[in-house]
Amino acid sequence: MDNRIEKNETMVRVSINGREYSVPQGSTMVQAMWYTGHEVIHGVGCLGGVCGACATVYRIEGDFRLRNALACQTLVSEGMSFSMLDSYPIQRAHYDVAALKDPKEELFTYYPESATCRNCNACTEVCPQGIDVRDSVWRANFGDFKAVADMTFSCVMCGLCVSRCIAEMAPHEIALYARRSYGAKELPFPPNLRHRLNEIHSGTFSGDLKRLEALSPEELKKECEVRS
Amino acid sequence: MADLVESFYANTPAFDDAPPPTLSPEDRSRLLSSFYPDYRPEGKATLKVGPNKGTVVPQELADVLEARSRLTSPRNLPENPDHDVDILILGGGGAGITAALFAAKEGRSVLLATKLRVGDSNTVMAEGGIQTALGEEDSPVVHFRDTFRGGHGANDPSLLSVLVAEGPEMVEWLVSRGILFDRDPQGGLSLRKGGGTSRPRLISAKDYTGLELIRVLKEDVVNAPVEILEFSPAVELIAGPDGSCAGAVLYDLDSRRYIYVKAKAVILATGGAGRLHLAGFATSNHFGATADGLTMAYRMGIPLVHPESFQFHPTGVLFPSEMAGMLITEAVRGAGARMYNRLGKRFVNELETRDVVASAIIRECAEGRGVKTPQGTFGVYLDLVSIDRETGEGTVEKRFPNIVKLMKRHHVDPTKKPILVYPTLHYQNGGVRIDAKTRTSVSHLLVAGEASGGLHGTNRLMGNSLLELFVFGRRAGMEAVELALHRPAFSWKESSLSHVDRFEKDLTAAFAAEERPMAPVLFPDYRRKES
Repeated sequence: MDNRIEKNETMVRVSINGREYSVPQGSTMVQAMWYTGHEVIHGVGCLGGVCGACATVYRIEGDFRLRNALACQTLVSEGMSFSMLDSYPIQRAHYDVAALKDPKEELFTYYPESATCRNCNACTEVCPQGIDVRDSVWRANFGDFKAVADMTFSCVMCGLCVSRCIAEMAPHEIALYARRSYGAKELPFPPNLRHRLNEIHSGTFSGDLKRLEALSPEELKKECEVRS
Repeated sequence: MADLVESFYANTPAFDDAPPPTLSPEDRSRLLSSFYPDYRPEGKATLKVGPNKGTVVPQELADVLEARSRLTSPRNLPENPDHDVDILILGGGGAGITAALFAAKEGRSVLLATKLRVGDSNTVMAEGGIQTALGEEDSPVVHFRDTFRGGHGANDPSLLSVLVAEGPEMVEWLVSRGILFDRDPQGGLSLRKGGGTSRPRLISAKDYTGLELIRVLKEDVVNAPVEILEFSPAVELIAGPDGSCAGAVLYDLDSRRYIYVKAKAVILATGGAGRLHLAGFATSNHFGATADGLTMAYRMGIPLVHPESFQFHPTGVLFPSEMAGMLITEAVRGAGARMYNRLGKRFVNELETRDVVASAIIRECAEGRGVKTPQGTFGVYLDLVSIDRETGEGTVEKRFPNIVKLMKRHHVDPTKKPILVYPTLHYQNGGVRIDAKTRTSVSHLLVAGEASGGLHGTNRLMGNSLLELFVFGRRAGMEAVELALHRPAFSWKESSLSHVDRFEKDLTAAFAAEERPMAPVLFPDYRRKES
């Protein structure tokens, strides 16, 4: 995303950080900020919906509901007021995944608050990725880390779930812990990788690679020209 | 916006599945020289100053290489540095984080400084995967040959040999850190096809590969004994005794103060240049990709290799325009997605190398066979519907959930409708010249990742950049440890910015009274210019 906006003469009224502006319809929230002269540094990262830097809170005029979104992915609309949530404070566990002995039990050492979920479902409702966050917390508590991995794989770590949690936990960090534990501790090591590593360590390819490296540029080009 | 999308798609032609024309090697080179931006004379400048003087590069790159420093004369260093560390790492993407993790393991003091937050980088956006030769019929040797052929034989064989040989070990490391790659029914890592390769060799984490890598490694680096400075991009390297590197000047984006760091070894891992929008192209890159590392290294007199070579990824989203430049991974073409022009005809084999496919799209649009958007721009259709038709309903949703999610948000369901695409500025093929230990012509300055050059030749194959980050990130981290251990003590008083003074003198001599822009530019400025 950059500053190109679909040709559109229609303007919409928005309020950014409490100040009213008129911006072209078809702008994203971030484009609307650029259009109105804001220098956005905190709150911008990939501009492609995956880095989670641009968590934003907004309301639409006439609707009491408070909504959340990623600012690089959300188009402005008439009567929208929004503010970016540049960073939401979280407490992150200090652990080394390789040193975990019983990850399912240790979850309650690193994130004891995960067991205090009160089922309000606000985290699920706020998630811009559509993840069933509440259910993922319970699956983590029950030790079904595979399910957590499957359910939360699209998490961009924006932290909007934390902003709504009445038990004040960080569901996205808990999910990260569960996914990593599942990958490092539960899943068997991939056999095709093991096989290739054994070959590499016994020097199977080093002769051929050395030979290629030693060829003249012309010889090498010729050697690589044809798909084997 | 839903209406606009609907009216746009109302004019979609019927698609004809007749195979596209096959290309001879001569056809390929003619196509490239006629349409690929690297080989076109427009928008180029010949460098007048510095180690690559005489090289023709894109104008926008020349503007940041032949630029004035953000630090104005007289450039004196303060009495004492703000930080004094063993190893300074500039950049918090995949290469910087990997270097930091391996360097910190060895007990050296490590400071990692980055422009935005740790992890905000091109790495996090990588969709497709990591290329690593794990198949029965495959080997590091075949991987070498494919990459060398794809890079037009301009690759540095000594770097390439390291890449293919150490790749699997780095994948082992990633698996051990809990990265969840897609698995095959036997529990092995699933291998997918990419363009220009002779074997399926891509391992991926659905189409969230970069996100999965960064989520995990960011947690590790935050938990490692590494000091992290976010929102603090480097703006200048500091010279030490005998033309060595002795640290860097950072710019605190919040306090707007400069931070001076003395270091025994410096790793430049500042990434790419997409946000320079070469030749006006949209980009798939993150907000901070402005070639800062090239600017700083060039001023120190370090030669760049293939600075004229960039990757315009064939399939960036063109419509709806708020998504302009966003990448649709090549893996969709590996899985069977097809491309059609305005007439509904296929026009190139979708698994040619990226530069060939991009050139073919540019040709279609230049010769009147492009599809016009409401904005008045032109692109071609990339149809994922054929994947589901051939591999089974639900394949697209299962393998490319990110693309489906992002496009649906903007009212285009890629399981039902083709995506309108045009090449997007994606990767800097060249960069700072390094050797296999990531060393440069300036001692105690190492470079890893997209900022370095030579490995990919003049066209990178899909999945080799992620592999490069880990292989050469680790090498840089380990080499920095060695350098820091053995570097004789030197005083801050021996450090200076004299190389910047020298470079500016050369600039003045070459450009006379002509105003030069200032760089690193740090960010593109998208704010509305007229009031």
